[in-house]
Amino acid sequence: MHVPDGYLDAATTAGTAAVAAAGVALALRGARRELDERTAPMAGLTAAFVFAVQMMNFPVAYGTSGHLIGGALTAVLVGPWTAALCMTVVLMVQALVFADGGLTALGTNVGLMGLVAVGVGYGAFRLLRALLPATRTGLLAAAGVGAFLSVPAAALVFVGLFGLGGVADVSVASVAAAMGGVHLLIGLGEAAISVAVLGAVLAVRPDLVRGARHLQRATALAPRPESAGRPVAPNTVAPVSAPTSAPVDAR
Amino acid sequence: MTRTRTFVLIGVVLALLIAGVGSYYASSSPDGLEATAEEQGFGDTARDSAAAGSPLADYQASGVDDERLSGGLAGVTGVLMVLVLAGGLTLVLRRRSTAEPADTTTGTH
Repeated sequence: MHVPDGYLDAATTAGTAAVAAAGVALALRGARRELDERTAPMAGLTAAFVFAVQMMNFPVAYGTSGHLIGGALTAVLVGPWTAALCMTVVLMVQALVFADGGLTALGTNVGLMGLVAVGVGYGAFRLLRALLPATRTGLLAAAGVGAFLSVPAAALVFVGLFGLGGVADVSVASVAAAMGGVHLLIGLGEAAISVAVLGAVLAVRPDLVRGARHLQRATALAPRPESAGRPVAPNTVAPVSAPTSAPVDAR
Repeated sequence: MTRTRTFVLIGVVLALLIAGVGSYYASSSPDGLEATAEEQGFGDTARDSAAAGSPLADYQASGVDDERLSGGLAGVTGVLMVLVLAGGLTLVLRRRSTAEPADTTTGTH
């Protein structure tokens, strides 16, 4: 999905750079509200993890590959504004150090993967999270659909930009069909990886998933007796495990 | 419950393994955009990035002949760079935003 230099004309490239800069400025403000002692260490880790997994191109049909974008996953883990910043850091390092994605096209790529993928992925996630049951399965389903949709959404925004300022004289409808088709397949991979990673983090440290905080409040994820020194809610499973963890009533 | 510091450490090691070792086994086929561009006839409008001369361009460390080692070094370097930059940025943003003392039991990575 990394757009190289040259596909889009100078005016379109400059336009996307301006939108990306405005988006990042907003994200710098918004992220301050999201970043606390839990999300701050997670943000650096998540960005590094996304960089690594983006190197793992997986094959899709017709001798084509795809890789995780990670915008939706990052937004669920650390919040959407922080995710936009994490994606921007990943894309900057890729463009400046690894020549992956163009240098003048950096704004285009931040727009597509840092703003569109994060925005669509997180928007769909929040909508579905509100509609689906407040359980771990419901959360994973919402995140998976968000991750899936984020990929064709970013691809189609690229097609829109190509229609506005593509350098080549090529049928936009034909590009849209090809881009849309292959990115639906890549979206399935995006959803699978995102759900697997999110499921693993939820299994170990659900409190580190910013998008899962409502589950904690609802005590659907029963807090373990030794966790965080918080009083255990009366309707949790904690008393069942009491004989093994609390030897106080042994006589 | 895994401590936050342990969790972050395990995550970083996983990322280093994926980028440093796993990436060698990634598909080398063109990605969705590149394949579409070739197929639709605008692939040749791509220009080389001004960063194409970077010592880590295309995820290969220049001067290292062994492809596996070269790619692994590039991947590990990239993970560490992103970790430091993104981690540093978020820590700076967090400290400015919280009125409470910065040092908590979770610590930093």
